[in-house]
Amino acid sequence: MEPAVKEYVQKEIDRLANKEVFIHLETTNGAYASHFDESFFSSGAYIRNAKLVYDHGRITGKGPYRVGLKMNFGWVYAEGITHFEVDEEDRLLLAGHDFSGKLAVALQISETPFE
Amino acid sequence: MEKERHVLVIFPHPDDEAFGVSGTISLHIDNGTPVTYACLTLGEMGRNMGNPPFATRETLPKIRKEELEEAARVLGIQDLRMLGYRDKTVEFEDEEKLANRLGVIIGETNPSLIITFYPGYAVHPDHDATGAAVIRAVKELPADKRPKVHCVAFSNNCEEEIGQADVVNDVSAVVDRKVAAIKAHASQTQLMAANMEESIKKQEPEVLARMYKERFWTYKF
Repeated sequence: MEPAVKEYVQKEIDRLANKEVFIHLETTNGAYASHFDESFFSSGAYIRNAKLVYDHGRITGKGPYRVGLKMNFGWVYAEGITHFEVDEEDRLLLAGHDFSGKLAVALQISETPFE
Repeated sequence: MEKERHVLVIFPHPDDEAFGVSGTISLHIDNGTPVTYACLTLGEMGRNMGNPPFATRETLPKIRKEELEEAARVLGIQDLRMLGYRDKTVEFEDEEKLANRLGVIIGETNPSLIITFYPGYAVHPDHDATGAAVIRAVKELPADKRPKVHCVAFSNNCEEEIGQADVVNDVSAVVDRKVAAIKAHASQTQLMAANMEESIKKQEPEVLARMYKERFWTYKF
Protein backbone atom coordinates (compact mmCIF):
# COMPACT_ATOMS: atom_id res chain seq x y z
CA MET A 1 0.00 0.00 0.00
CA GLU A 2 1.04 3.60 -0.56
CA PRO A 3 0.23 6.66 1.51
CA ALA A 4 -3.11 7.93 0.23
CA VAL A 5 -2.92 10.60 -2.47
CA LYS A 6 -6.18 12.50 -2.55
CA GLU A 7 -6.33 13.10 -6.31
CA TYR A 8 -5.60 9.47 -7.20
CA VAL A 9 -8.13 8.16 -4.73
CA GLN A 10 -10.75 10.62 -5.95
CA LYS A 11 -10.18 9.44 -9.51
CA GLU A 12 -10.74 5.84 -8.46
CA ILE A 13 -13.86 6.71 -6.48
CA ASP A 14 -15.22 8.42 -9.61
CA ARG A 15 -14.28 5.44 -11.80
CA LEU A 16 -16.37 3.10 -9.64
CA ALA A 17 -19.36 5.43 -9.27
CA ASN A 18 -22.71 4.49 -10.81
CA LYS A 19 -21.65 0.85 -11.06
CA GLU A 20 -22.85 -2.11 -9.08
CA VAL A 21 -19.99 -2.59 -6.60
CA PHE A 22 -19.13 -4.72 -3.59
CA ILE A 23 -18.07 -2.96 -0.43
CA HIS A 24 -15.85 -4.16 2.39
CA LEU A 25 -16.00 -1.89 5.42
CA GLU A 26 -14.49 -2.61 8.79
CA THR A 27 -13.26 -0.86 11.84
CA THR A 28 -11.61 -2.51 14.80
CA ASN A 29 -9.53 -1.75 17.84
CA GLY A 30 -8.30 -5.33 18.13
CA ALA A 31 -9.60 -8.21 20.20
CA TYR A 32 -7.05 -7.65 22.97
CA ALA A 33 -7.74 -3.96 23.63
CA SER A 34 -9.83 -4.55 26.76
CA HIS A 35 -7.49 -7.33 27.91
CA PHE A 36 -4.53 -4.95 28.11
CA ASP A 37 -6.59 -2.01 29.36
CA GLU A 38 -9.77 -2.95 31.19
CA SER A 39 -11.01 0.64 31.05
CA PHE A 40 -10.97 0.51 27.24
CA PHE A 41 -14.35 0.12 25.58
CA SER A 42 -13.88 -2.32 22.74
CA SER A 43 -15.94 -1.88 19.60
CA GLY A 44 -15.79 -2.72 15.94
CA ALA A 45 -17.90 -3.27 12.84
CA TYR A 46 -17.45 -5.41 9.78
CA ILE A 47 -19.38 -5.78 6.56
CA ARG A 48 -18.07 -7.74 3.61
CA ASN A 49 -19.56 -7.80 0.14
CA ALA A 50 -22.44 -5.39 0.60
CA LYS A 51 -23.66 -4.85 -2.96
CA LEU A 52 -24.63 -1.30 -3.82
CA VAL A 53 -24.43 1.56 -6.29
CA TYR A 54 -23.18 4.98 -5.21
CA ASP A 55 -23.70 7.91 -7.49
CA HIS A 56 -21.18 10.21 -5.85
CA GLY A 57 -18.19 9.85 -3.58
CA ARG A 58 -15.53 12.09 -2.06
CA ILE A 59 -12.27 11.91 -0.20
CA THR A 60 -11.84 14.85 2.15
CA GLY A 61 -9.64 16.10 4.96
CA LYS A 62 -5.94 16.85 5.25
CA GLY A 63 -4.96 13.30 6.07
CA PRO A 64 -5.78 10.98 7.62
CA TYR A 65 -8.68 11.29 5.20
CA ARG A 66 -12.40 10.70 5.32
CA VAL A 67 -14.17 8.96 2.46
CA GLY A 68 -17.93 9.11 1.92
CA LEU A 69 -20.07 7.44 -0.74
CA LYS A 70 -23.56 8.76 -1.39
CA MET A 71 -26.28 6.41 -2.55
CA ASN A 72 -29.84 7.01 -3.59
CA PHE A 73 -30.99 5.82 -0.18
CA GLY A 74 -28.08 6.36 2.13
CA TRP A 75 -24.41 6.72 2.88
CA VAL A 76 -21.25 4.75 3.46
CA TYR A 77 -18.28 6.45 5.06
CA ALA A 78 -14.97 5.74 6.71
CA GLU A 79 -12.71 7.97 8.76
CA GLY A 80 -8.97 7.64 9.31
CA ILE A 81 -7.85 6.57 5.82
CA THR A 82 -4.06 6.78 5.45
CA HIS A 83 -3.18 4.31 2.68
CA PHE A 84 -4.48 3.18 -0.67
CA GLU A 85 -3.88 0.67 -3.41
CA VAL A 86 -5.53 -0.28 -6.67
CA ASP A 87 -4.75 -3.98 -6.80
CA GLU A 88 -4.28 -6.25 -9.81
CA GLU A 89 -8.04 -6.82 -9.94
CA ASP A 90 -8.67 -3.06 -10.19
CA ARG A 91 -10.18 -2.97 -6.71
CA LEU A 92 -9.79 0.18 -4.69
CA LEU A 93 -8.38 -0.76 -1.29
CA LEU A 94 -8.37 2.00 1.29
CA ALA A 95 -6.94 1.49 4.76
CA GLY A 96 -6.26 3.49 7.87
CA HIS A 97 -3.21 2.42 9.85
CA ASP A 98 -2.76 3.74 13.37
CA PHE A 99 0.46 5.28 14.71
CA SER A 100 2.00 1.84 15.30
CA GLY A 101 1.09 0.64 11.80
CA LYS A 102 -1.88 -1.49 12.87
CA LEU A 103 -4.96 -1.55 10.67
CA ALA A 104 -7.73 0.49 12.28
CA VAL A 105 -10.20 0.93 9.43
CA ALA A 106 -10.64 -0.42 5.91
CA LEU A 107 -12.94 0.57 3.07
CA GLN A 108 -12.66 -1.39 -0.16
CA ILE A 109 -14.63 -1.10 -3.38
CA SER A 110 -14.70 -3.80 -6.05
CA GLU A 111 -16.73 -4.66 -9.13
CA THR A 112 -16.50 -8.35 -8.21
CA PRO A 113 -17.22 -9.90 -4.82
CA PHE A 114 -14.31 -10.10 -2.38
CA GLU A 115 -13.16 -13.66 -1.68
CA MET B 1 6.11 -34.90 30.17
CA GLU B 2 4.04 -37.98 29.48
CA LYS B 3 4.56 -39.80 26.19
CA GLU B 4 1.46 -39.45 24.02
CA ARG B 5 0.03 -41.58 21.23
CA HIS B 6 -0.93 -38.57 19.10
CA VAL B 7 -1.28 -34.88 19.94
CA LEU B 8 -4.02 -32.83 18.31
CA VAL B 9 -3.66 -29.06 18.58
CA ILE B 10 -6.80 -27.04 17.77
CA PHE B 11 -6.55 -23.24 17.59
CA PRO B 12 -8.28 -20.59 15.51
CA HIS B 13 -5.37 -18.44 14.28
CA PRO B 14 -2.02 -18.97 12.62
CA ASP B 15 0.46 -17.96 15.41
CA ASP B 16 -1.77 -19.16 18.28
CA GLU B 17 0.47 -22.23 18.42
CA ALA B 18 3.67 -20.18 18.43
CA PHE B 19 3.52 -18.31 21.73
CA GLY B 20 2.01 -20.70 24.22
CA VAL B 21 2.60 -24.21 22.91
CA SER B 22 5.29 -24.43 20.23
CA GLY B 23 7.83 -25.62 22.81
CA THR B 24 5.47 -28.36 23.98
CA ILE B 25 4.77 -29.32 20.36
CA SER B 26 8.54 -29.57 19.72
CA LEU B 27 9.06 -31.77 22.78
CA HIS B 28 6.30 -34.15 21.64
CA ILE B 29 7.77 -34.29 18.15
CA ASP B 30 11.23 -35.02 19.61
CA ASN B 31 9.53 -37.81 21.56
CA GLY B 32 8.41 -39.36 18.29
CA THR B 33 4.76 -38.42 18.82
CA PRO B 34 2.83 -37.38 15.71
CA VAL B 35 1.26 -33.93 15.99
CA THR B 36 -1.75 -32.66 14.05
CA TYR B 37 -2.46 -28.94 14.04
CA ALA B 38 -5.99 -27.98 13.03
CA CYS B 39 -6.10 -24.22 12.48
CA LEU B 40 -9.58 -22.86 11.98
CA THR B 41 -8.88 -19.57 10.18
CA LEU B 42 -6.10 -17.82 8.29
CA GLY B 43 -6.13 -14.82 10.61
CA GLU B 44 -7.72 -12.67 7.90
CA MET B 45 -8.51 -9.91 10.40
CA GLY B 46 -5.01 -9.47 11.76
CA ARG B 47 -4.19 -5.83 12.37
CA ASN B 48 -0.45 -6.01 11.91
CA MET B 49 0.20 -5.32 8.24
CA GLY B 50 3.88 -4.37 8.46
CA ASN B 51 5.08 -0.82 8.98
CA PRO B 52 5.15 0.57 6.33
CA PRO B 53 2.32 -1.82 5.40
CA PHE B 54 3.32 -4.71 3.12
CA ALA B 55 -0.04 -6.46 3.35
CA THR B 56 -3.58 -5.45 2.47
CA ARG B 57 -6.80 -6.91 3.83
CA GLU B 58 -6.93 -8.99 0.67
CA THR B 59 -3.35 -10.28 0.62
CA LEU B 60 -3.05 -10.92 4.36
CA PRO B 61 -4.68 -14.41 4.35
CA LYS B 62 -2.25 -15.63 1.69
CA ILE B 63 0.73 -14.24 3.58
CA ARG B 64 -0.45 -15.73 6.86
CA LYS B 65 -1.07 -19.10 5.22
CA GLU B 66 2.54 -19.20 4.07
CA GLU B 67 3.72 -18.12 7.52
CA LEU B 68 1.66 -20.90 9.10
CA GLU B 69 3.16 -23.48 6.74
CA GLU B 70 6.64 -22.20 7.57
CA ALA B 71 5.94 -22.37 11.32
CA ALA B 72 4.68 -25.96 10.92
CA ARG B 73 7.83 -26.78 8.98
CA VAL B 74 10.23 -25.38 11.59
CA LEU B 75 8.38 -27.22 14.35
CA GLY B 76 8.21 -30.46 12.36
CA ILE B 77 4.41 -30.74 12.40
CA GLN B 78 3.58 -33.45 9.87
CA ASP B 79 -0.16 -32.89 9.63
CA LEU B 80 -1.34 -29.29 9.25
CA ARG B 81 -5.02 -28.73 8.52
CA MET B 82 -6.56 -25.42 7.59
CA LEU B 83 -10.27 -25.56 8.18
CA GLY B 84 -11.33 -22.49 6.22
CA TYR B 85 -13.30 -20.52 8.79
CA ARG B 86 -12.96 -16.77 8.86
CA ASP B 87 -11.08 -14.87 11.53
CA LYS B 88 -13.34 -13.27 14.16
CA THR B 89 -16.44 -15.17 13.05
CA VAL B 90 -15.91 -18.49 14.85
CA GLU B 91 -18.21 -17.51 17.74
CA PHE B 92 -21.04 -16.89 15.26
CA GLU B 93 -20.80 -20.33 13.65
CA ASP B 94 -23.33 -23.03 14.48
CA GLU B 95 -21.64 -24.56 17.52
CA GLU B 96 -23.07 -28.03 16.97
CA LYS B 97 -21.83 -28.17 13.38
CA LEU B 98 -18.40 -26.89 14.38
CA ALA B 99 -18.16 -29.41 17.22
CA ASN B 100 -19.19 -32.20 14.83
CA ARG B 101 -16.50 -31.21 12.36
CA LEU B 102 -13.87 -31.19 15.10
CA GLY B 103 -15.29 -34.51 16.30
CA VAL B 104 -14.51 -36.03 12.90
CA ILE B 105 -10.89 -34.88 13.15
CA ILE B 106 -10.66 -36.23 16.71
CA GLY B 107 -12.08 -39.56 15.51
CA GLU B 108 -9.68 -39.75 12.63
CA THR B 109 -6.49 -38.79 14.48
CA ASN B 110 -7.39 -40.61 17.70
CA PRO B 111 -5.28 -38.34 19.93
CA SER B 112 -4.39 -39.20 23.52
CA LEU B 113 -4.00 -35.44 24.13
CA ILE B 114 -5.79 -32.41 22.69
CA ILE B 115 -4.42 -28.92 23.23
CA THR B 116 -6.81 -25.98 22.82
CA PHE B 117 -7.97 -22.79 24.54
CA TYR B 118 -9.83 -22.82 27.84
CA PRO B 119 -13.36 -21.66 26.95
CA GLY B 120 -14.21 -18.46 28.78
CA TYR B 121 -10.63 -17.74 29.84
CA ALA B 122 -8.81 -17.13 26.56
CA VAL B 123 -9.66 -13.46 25.85
CA HIS B 124 -10.29 -13.56 22.09
CA PRO B 125 -13.86 -14.60 21.13
CA ASP B 126 -12.44 -17.01 18.50
CA HIS B 127 -10.27 -18.63 21.20
CA ASP B 128 -13.20 -19.13 23.56
CA ALA B 129 -15.47 -20.41 20.79
CA THR B 130 -12.85 -22.86 19.52
CA GLY B 131 -12.20 -24.20 23.01
CA ALA B 132 -15.94 -24.54 23.66
CA ALA B 133 -16.44 -26.49 20.43
CA VAL B 134 -13.54 -28.81 21.28
CA ILE B 135 -14.95 -29.47 24.76
CA ARG B 136 -18.36 -30.13 23.25
CA ALA B 137 -16.89 -32.58 20.73
CA VAL B 138 -14.93 -34.45 23.43
CA LYS B 139 -18.00 -34.59 25.69
CA GLU B 140 -19.78 -36.51 22.91
CA LEU B 141 -17.32 -39.37 23.45
CA PRO B 142 -17.94 -41.98 26.14
CA ALA B 143 -16.03 -40.98 29.29
CA ASP B 144 -13.51 -43.83 28.99
CA LYS B 145 -12.67 -42.91 25.37
CA ARG B 146 -11.99 -39.25 25.96
CA PRO B 147 -8.50 -37.92 25.34
CA LYS B 148 -6.93 -35.59 27.88
CA VAL B 149 -7.59 -31.95 27.08
CA HIS B 150 -4.95 -29.38 28.06
CA CYS B 151 -6.22 -25.83 27.83
CA VAL B 152 -4.39 -22.54 27.44
CA ALA B 153 -5.84 -19.73 29.56
CA PHE B 154 -4.61 -16.17 29.95
CA SER B 155 -7.56 -13.92 30.77
CA ASN B 156 -6.93 -11.51 33.63
CA ASN B 157 -9.32 -13.42 35.90
CA CYS B 158 -8.23 -16.96 35.00
CA GLU B 159 -6.14 -17.86 38.04
CA GLU B 160 -8.70 -16.36 40.37
CA GLU B 161 -11.45 -18.53 38.89
CA ILE B 162 -9.83 -21.75 37.67
CA GLY B 163 -6.76 -21.79 39.88
CA GLN B 164 -3.15 -22.38 38.91
CA ALA B 165 -2.18 -24.29 35.79
CA ASP B 166 -1.71 -27.96 36.71
CA VAL B 167 0.63 -28.77 33.80
CA VAL B 168 3.82 -26.76 33.38
CA ASN B 169 6.22 -27.87 30.66
CA ASP B 170 9.82 -26.70 30.75
CA VAL B 171 10.63 -26.05 27.09
CA SER B 172 14.02 -24.40 27.54
CA ALA B 173 15.70 -27.24 25.59
CA VAL B 174 13.76 -26.32 22.44
CA VAL B 175 13.52 -22.56 22.85
CA ASP B 176 15.38 -21.96 19.58
CA ARG B 177 12.64 -23.71 17.66
CA LYS B 178 10.04 -21.78 19.61
CA VAL B 179 11.65 -18.49 18.64
CA ALA B 180 11.86 -19.71 15.03
CA ALA B 181 8.13 -20.54 15.06
CA ILE B 182 7.29 -17.10 16.43
CA LYS B 183 9.50 -15.49 13.80
CA ALA B 184 7.84 -17.51 11.04
CA HIS B 185 4.70 -15.46 11.66
CA ALA B 186 6.57 -12.39 10.53
CA SER B 187 3.57 -10.24 9.60
CA GLN B 188 2.33 -10.46 13.18
CA THR B 189 5.48 -10.80 15.23
CA GLN B 190 8.23 -8.86 13.44
CA LEU B 191 8.78 -6.25 16.13
CA MET B 192 8.00 -8.47 19.06
CA ALA B 193 10.40 -11.21 17.93
CA ALA B 194 13.34 -8.81 17.79
CA ASN B 195 12.67 -7.56 21.34
CA MET B 196 12.19 -11.11 22.52
CA GLU B 197 15.53 -12.34 21.22
CA GLU B 198 17.23 -9.36 22.82
CA SER B 199 15.54 -10.20 26.15
CA ILE B 200 16.63 -13.83 25.91
CA LYS B 201 20.19 -12.71 25.24
CA LYS B 202 20.06 -10.44 28.27
CA GLN B 203 18.46 -13.25 30.31
CA GLU B 204 15.61 -11.06 31.51
CA PRO B 205 13.86 -13.24 34.11
CA GLU B 206 10.30 -12.23 33.26
CA VAL B 207 10.68 -12.97 29.56
CA LEU B 208 12.56 -16.20 30.22
CA ALA B 209 9.85 -17.41 32.60
CA ARG B 210 7.23 -16.76 29.94
CA MET B 211 9.27 -18.30 27.14
CA TYR B 212 10.61 -21.37 28.95
CA LYS B 213 7.50 -22.47 30.81
CA GLU B 214 4.32 -23.42 28.95
CA ARG B 215 1.31 -23.68 31.22
CA PHE B 216 -1.87 -25.69 30.75
CA TRP B 217 -5.05 -26.40 32.64
CA THR B 218 -6.37 -29.95 32.37
CA TYR B 219 -10.06 -29.69 31.54
CA LYS B 220 -12.22 -31.57 34.02
CA PHE B 221 -15.29 -33.07 32.37
